[in-house]
Amino acid sequence: MQLEVDITGKHFESAAGERHDVLAGVNFSLHAGEVGVFVGPSGCGKSTMLKILAGLDHDYQGKVSRPTAARLGMVFQEPRLLPWRSVEDNIRLAAPHIDEKRLSELFAILELTEHRSHFPGELSLGLARRVALARAFAIEPDFLILDEPLASLDDALAAHLREQIATLVESRSMMTLLVTHNLDDAVYLGDRLFLLSARPARILQEVLIPTPRARRSAAEINHIKADLVRRRLAKI
Amino acid sequence: MVRLLSFLLFLATWWLAALLTGDVKLPAPPAVLAVILREAASGALFINLGVTLARVALSFTLAMALGAAIGYLMGRVKLADRIGDPWLILLLNLPALVVIVLAYIWAGLTEVAAIAAIAVNKLPTAVVTLREGARALDRSLDEMASVFAIPRGRAFRHVILPQLGPYIAAAARSGLSLVWKIVLVAEYLGRPNGVGFEIGVAFQLFDIPLLLAYSLTFAAVVLVIETVLVQPFELRASRWRPRAA
Repeated sequence: MQLEVDITGKHFESAAGERHDVLAGVNFSLHAGEVGVFVGPSGCGKSTMLKILAGLDHDYQGKVSRPTAARLGMVFQEPRLLPWRSVEDNIRLAAPHIDEKRLSELFAILELTEHRSHFPGELSLGLARRVALARAFAIEPDFLILDEPLASLDDALAAHLREQIATLVESRSMMTLLVTHNLDDAVYLGDRLFLLSARPARILQEVLIPTPRARRSAAEINHIKADLVRRRLAKI
Repeated sequence: MVRLLSFLLFLATWWLAALLTGDVKLPAPPAVLAVILREAASGALFINLGVTLARVALSFTLAMALGAAIGYLMGRVKLADRIGDPWLILLLNLPALVVIVLAYIWAGLTEVAAIAAIAVNKLPTAVVTLREGARALDRSLDEMASVFAIPRGRAFRHVILPQLGPYIAAAARSGLSLVWKIVLVAEYLGRPNGVGFEIGVAFQLFDIPLLLAYSLTFAAVVLVIETVLVQPFELRASRWRPRAA
């Protein structure tokens, strides 16, 4: 199972008819079991790219080949939960055939067990994000897209959720794409990092992280981060 | 308690007004109550109320179903909105009386004509409300349903319909109050039974106790239905949302 992406261009037209280029050259492939991370400045077009990859936007130049049978799971920047359904019912809507054992397991990993009958309005942002993660994993995806799943969470909570995401990603062989502007998230979770330019976005560089996730020490993560910062500065 | 006091105040004001104006113009509450009991004993009150309520139910259901479908379509599809908008403006501004008279002329003094005319009067308000509801739908939830490949039917039921709930409730509430009024006009003009017909008879005979007996009983039934059915539904449909449409 493999994702092949070759987006040569994507633009919007403003109401005044002005053309705004968002994506200029995004070319990569991703295999099952790999976590690809897109790192780029805010507003560079990352979310637009994810919409294209998720099949929500077909108006672009280039080609995206996604395995047709691949089940897609996605965690949006905002949790996008239905406020009129409980946590459990939100998950069951996306994954109607999930068995109780798997659901309980997901709730346990994401520490949601006591919240399963709560409504989204009763949850904090951190909890709602975890429900969105549970929903994405409940469908047992072959292709998982994570759009800044840790944005606007405090450092401690983000670090905790990052570990939970790592546990879930390790539990299943799938193609995972993470978009973030946080280098900690990128280096902690990614196997391959794609550094994006400012808008219109293009891939400036691809960085491989050969050490398996479980064996990455804090020193190594810091070393890779420092290297990334150097590379980004060199490209400016 | 306050409601009861308010009702007693209404009765007292009526009684006082009856004493001041005289029984001929405004009969006192006991006289009207006697007519209500007489009509109830003969069964005429229940038959006429039943017939009117059946007309309300039929025309209301028809108008809500059609209006909701058209409004949803207009809110979601730009072309449908552009085609339907001039029709909507025309229907919104057409007086109820004109629609009823035209329906009777074109289709005869029939049940179908009456129900269709009432429904046509209610239709545009349902369309406008549901169109607003469809326009206000959260596109990000549509995207979520699409990404997770939730089948269209399930997505409509669980993602779209709950968002439209407050708008449906608002359309039902305003629509019902409109239908209550129009149904009596339609019956008055061209039906051989129903509360509107009886009010017409009372008018021709200057039988004010009969007129008030039917009017007040009908108003009481409307009040009960609003309290027991419409308000709880509206509350239920809007409970997840702090502000209804």
